[in-house]
Amino acid sequence: MGRTLLDKVWDAHAVRELPNGQTQLFIGLHFIHEVTSPQAFAMLRDLDLPVRYPGRTYATIDHIVPTDDQARPFVDSLAEEMTESLTASCRDYGIEFYDLISGEQGIVHVIGPEKGLTQPGMTIACGDSHTSTHGAFGAIAFGIGTSQIRDVLASQCLAMSKPEVRQIKVTGALQPGVYAKDVVLAIIHALGVKGGVGYAYEYAGPVIEAMTMEERLTVCNMSIEGGARFGYINPDATTFEYLRDREFAPAEGFDVASDYWRQIASDPDSSYDDIVELEGEDIEPMVTWGINPGQSVPVSGRLPVPEEHPDEAASYQEALEYMGFEAGQSINGTPVDVTFVGSCTNGRISDLRIASQLARGNKVAKGVKALVVPGSMSVRRQAEAEGLHEIFQEAGFEWRQAGCSMCLAMNPDKLQDREVCASSSNRNFKGRQGSPTGRTLLMSPAMVTAAAIAGEVVDVRTTMSAAQS
Amino acid sequence: MNDTIIEKISGTAVPLRGDDIDTDRIIPARYLRCVTFDGLGEHAFEDDRKQDPDHPFNQERFDGAAILIVGRNFGCGSSREHAPQSLRKWGIEGVIGQSFAEIFFGNCNAMGMPCMTVDADTCEALFVAAEADPPPNFEIDVSDCTIRFGDSSVQGSMPNGPRESFLAGTWNATAVLLEAADHVDEVASKLPYIKGF
Repeated sequence: MGRTLLDKVWDAHAVRELPNGQTQLFIGLHFIHEVTSPQAFAMLRDLDLPVRYPGRTYATIDHIVPTDDQARPFVDSLAEEMTESLTASCRDYGIEFYDLISGEQGIVHVIGPEKGLTQPGMTIACGDSHTSTHGAFGAIAFGIGTSQIRDVLASQCLAMSKPEVRQIKVTGALQPGVYAKDVVLAIIHALGVKGGVGYAYEYAGPVIEAMTMEERLTVCNMSIEGGARFGYINPDATTFEYLRDREFAPAEGFDVASDYWRQIASDPDSSYDDIVELEGEDIEPMVTWGINPGQSVPVSGRLPVPEEHPDEAASYQEALEYMGFEAGQSINGTPVDVTFVGSCTNGRISDLRIASQLARGNKVAKGVKALVVPGSMSVRRQAEAEGLHEIFQEAGFEWRQAGCSMCLAMNPDKLQDREVCASSSNRNFKGRQGSPTGRTLLMSPAMVTAAAIAGEVVDVRTTMSAAQS
Repeated sequence: MNDTIIEKISGTAVPLRGDDIDTDRIIPARYLRCVTFDGLGEHAFEDDRKQDPDHPFNQERFDGAAILIVGRNFGCGSSREHAPQSLRKWGIEGVIGQSFAEIFFGNCNAMGMPCMTVDADTCEALFVAAEADPPPNFEIDVSDCTIRFGDSSVQGSMPNGPRESFLAGTWNATAVLLEAADHVDEVASKLPYIKGF
C-alpha cells in the first residue's frame, strides 16, 4: 500500500509519540506577524526561554499596516505599538523581519512562496488560519494559535494529532471565465464549511494539475474555509519551475532537491480516507450570498429557499436577514458599493493581471469605491513594471500599498454601515470587513473587477465575450 | 513545569444557540489591535450583543457562568487565540457543543479550557436545561466525559489526547515538547532542506 504525501512528510518530522498519544511534530518553517505573536513572545519571556531555532522563523507585518499613508509612527497608535513590539522581539531573538523599510514586506502567505521559503516536504506553521496556502507546494502547512506559537518558538515543535486525508479530484477542464477561486468556492459549497474538520484536503485531478502555482495557492488558501486545517497539492514540474532561482530555493542542489520533492508526492496506490470528485466543466463563476464561505451560488443561480433545506434552514434564514436578500432571488444584478481585489487569496501578480485586463479602457461605476491592493511589495513592483497601476488608475481604481487591507478590518480600509462589497478575499462573516453590519460577496478577482465597472454583480463570462466581439 | 490538573468544571451555563459562529463574531478584529490578552473579556461577542439586546451574553441571569453551550462548528474561521481568551476572561472555563472548528479546539486545549462534544439531541436538552429559571448547576467531568445537570447525566466525548493532557496537567505543551530537545535536533539534522540537498 502506497503512502500519501501527508504520511511521508508527517513521518519525516515526527520526533516522538507523546504520552497522550499525539505526535511531537518538528516544524520546519515558522512564519510570524504582528497580530498573533506579541503575546507568545511575552509568554516566552515569562518562562525565561530562548527561541530554539531563530533561523527557522521569518516575520513580516501585514494585518495592521495602512495601505495608503504608511508614514511612521502610524496614525493608529495601537498599530504602531504592535509593530514596535514585533520589531523588538525580532531584534532580541535574532529573527529575520521583512518590515516596511526592507522593501520585502507583504502578506505572510504571499511573501513565503515568492521568496522560495515555502518548499515541498516541509512542515509549516503560522499564527494565521490561512497558512494552509503553503500546502500548494506539497507542504504540510497549518494555522496555529498564540500558545502554539510559543511552543514553536520555544521548541520548534508542536503537539499535533495526525489528520485523515480526503482526496478532492477536479476532473475535466474549466470554462473560460472560471478561475481557481471559483473551484475552491465550489468545493466548499459541495462539502460544507465544516466538512473538512479532521481532514487534510489533497487537491488532485486534471484541473488542479493544469493550474499555475499562484492558482494552486488560491485553492489551498481556502481549505480552512471548508473546515480543513490542511490542504495540499502534490509537487510536480510546475512546482519545481516556480521555485527555480527563487531567493531561498536550493541553488546548486536544485536537481537533487527536485528528485526528493518528486518522491514525497503521494504514491499512485495510496489509500485515502475519503475521495470526492467534481467535474470542472460544471463549475461556474461563484458568488457568496450569505455569512459563511459555503453559502454561495453560481452567478447564474438563485439563492436557496430555507424551507427546502431543513438541516440548514435556520442558518440560511439568519444569513438572508443579515444580508437583506430574499429567498430565491438572483445574485446577478446585486448592486455593490465597494470592490476589493487583494488578500492572501487573490493578491498575487496573476490576479492583478487578470483584473487589469478587465479594467483596461473601462471606468469604475459612479459611486463605487474600488481598491486594488497588491499582496506584497514585490507584487506591487512587478505590477508597476508592467504598467498595471496606470491601467487601474485610469479606470478609477485606487492603487494601494501591500497589506491585508479590506480582508479583515484591522487597518483603515473598512466598509461603512450596510455597504455591500464585492471582494476577492476569503471570508464573508458578519462584520468581517470592518462594519458590524457590512456585507461581503466573495468572488474571483475577475468577477470583482467586472462588478466594479458595472456597479453590480455581473457574469464575467458575458463581459469577456462582449469585449471580444 | 506541570500545570493544573483539570478534571471537573462546575457552574452555571450560558446557552448560545446557532451554528458556524466564527471567531470574528466571538471577538471582532478591531480588538486584536493589542499586545496582551488583557481586557478582551468585555468585548466578547460585542457586535452580536449590540445588534441583539437578548443575546445571552447580555442577560444578567447568565453572568458568572463557567460553561458555554454552543451548536455546530463553533469557532470556525480565523486562528485568533484572542477568541477563546476573550471567553476565558469573560469567565468561561469549559465549552460544550455539537462540534468545534479544529484550530479553535486546539487553542482551547493549549489554554486548559476543555471542549466537549455532544450529539444534536443532547445539545438541545442542554440548551433547554440552561435556559430554565433558575438555571441548574452544570458539571463537566473530563475523566469519563459525562455532563451532569440537575438530576440528569449525559454522555459527551473528547479525543483521548487532550483529555489525558487535562487529567495529567500537561495541557500546556511547552515543557513536554522541551523534554525531547536532543531528539529534536536529530530529526532536524536528517531533513534534506536543513542538512542541505
